[in-house]
Amino acid sequence: MKIAVLVKQVPGAESPLPIQPDQSWVDEGAVAYMMNESDNYALEEALKIREVNGEGEVVAVSLGPDRIQKVIREALAKGADRAIHIQMETAGAIDPLSTAGLFADALREENFDLIFTGLQSDDLGMGQTGIIIGEILGMSTASLAMATEVGDGKIKVKRELEAGWFQWVSLSLPASVSIQSGLNTPRYPSLKGIMGAKKKEIKVVTPSSPDPTQSLEKVYVPQSDKQTVMIEGSADQIVGKLVETFRNNIKVL
Amino acid sequence: MDILIVLEDNNGKIHRMGLESIAAAQQMAGDLGLTTGALVMGAHGDALAEEASGFNIGEVLKVNSEYVASYSSDGYAEAVKQVIEQENPNYVIFGHTYQVRDYAPKVSAKLMKPFLVDNVAVRSNNGKPVFTKLMFNGKLFSDVHANGDGPFLISFQSAAFSSDKAESGSADVRDCSVNIDASMIRTESESPFQEEAGGVDLTSANIIVAIGRGIGKEENVPLAQDLAKAIGGELASSRPVVDAGWLPSAHQVGSSGQSVSPKMYLALGISGAIQHVVGMKGSKNIVAINKDSEAPIFEIADYGVVGDVLEIIPKLTEALNE
Repeated sequence: MKIAVLVKQVPGAESPLPIQPDQSWVDEGAVAYMMNESDNYALEEALKIREVNGEGEVVAVSLGPDRIQKVIREALAKGADRAIHIQMETAGAIDPLSTAGLFADALREENFDLIFTGLQSDDLGMGQTGIIIGEILGMSTASLAMATEVGDGKIKVKRELEAGWFQWVSLSLPASVSIQSGLNTPRYPSLKGIMGAKKKEIKVVTPSSPDPTQSLEKVYVPQSDKQTVMIEGSADQIVGKLVETFRNNIKVL
Repeated sequence: MDILIVLEDNNGKIHRMGLESIAAAQQMAGDLGLTTGALVMGAHGDALAEEASGFNIGEVLKVNSEYVASYSSDGYAEAVKQVIEQENPNYVIFGHTYQVRDYAPKVSAKLMKPFLVDNVAVRSNNGKPVFTKLMFNGKLFSDVHANGDGPFLISFQSAAFSSDKAESGSADVRDCSVNIDASMIRTESESPFQEEAGGVDLTSANIIVAIGRGIGKEENVPLAQDLAKAIGGELASSRPVVDAGWLPSAHQVGSSGQSVSPKMYLALGISGAIQHVVGMKGSKNIVAINKDSEAPIFEIADYGVVGDVLEIIPKLTEALNE
């Protein structure tokens, strides 16, 4: 079983996000980066499948400038066997179709059985790159995986539907599956893993930038124009005013 | 037609976000001087077509194929792609549902045309639409446009448009054929199921009583349950409550849970982290109670109370039960 896991380096949840003066993107120099949350779960799921099968290969694949080697090393330290770094400036680039094409080119000749991606990235939130790669490479696809079972030339995926519903879907291999956060408990790298990662191969490819099919005009901070009516007083007064508001203003009673 | 609206089935009714898509398409059609059409398919295609024909849409297309009777990403992607090729719309509008996230990227790949996802607004700039999308988990907005020639695939976030704004009218229904065979369907789906008994459908609730970390401990959850019962609402929560195991995940609202837009959203002890807010900011009325006057939830609340939820909840329940 040969599994590619796409890992993306994104701003951490607590990172500052100062906007560049021309609004073309955030000031990347001020950003604290980390591995995209759902990609971390995708990596764990791939490592677990390799361990359960007792054989196979997990390859971490990432696209971006030099700084992303940090998440590539992290994936290797956690147990990925080797990595592919698609070298590309990504500031202000937002086109999943172009990105997916670059990944497909880098992965095509590897003939992976599985491609795992996180459900969506915490920066752009496009949520489609893995599925597009699968479609380009002629693989079956599924999104929002909450559990996986591999066997008999298939992968069974427990897909999250809306409103608390789920569905098991069986996909013929090769398959590209997007992984939802929370389906496993991602491991931390061991000291041995961190040391071993230094010896693992990172293949760097340097394709040219494709013409984007969608472009960013600007980024900006959302403006709130909402007026909030504050309800004050003792607890009993507040409760009285709330009931009045429910009845007369919101009209739900 | 210029704008094709793809409507999703929700047990024989048009998915709520489909109605919102109709409103979005009508606005775009008005702003840009374009014509509209809607697409329905699946086992409930007739019922959906009838419902859709009651809106101000140019025409309703109905795909009849055994391969789209039930959902598969391969079948739906192929059907939508073929209808797009036949009808040649410039824009294809979807609600940003879980189903759309599953198959619409495949349509994008088949056509090699971009899918601009999860937008919250659209405006016209010199006759071309510019879409507004949240990025960085809702911390920043971005303005985005498509390049080159259409068709462009567009999805709108839940509650970006109000379904109440969808104009009614009268549209004819036209049958549409697609050429799909069994070899194209590479997946086998089992029946959908719910994880635990009494799974809640928060998306159709009129009133939602939602609790956050401020509820303090599991033993306090029944206080909120009683309040939800007294006011006739559904109980929901932010992610920390589910992660702590105080409520099942079906109750979770937010980017990793459900997106809701009830008439009233009562946020109790919820700070208003963006991951939660993206799932509920479309609510018609937001009432927030929180100890911390600086909590970001107050930025989006229509009514706010700075106070102790554990003191106010039981009194409110009592008052409502009288």
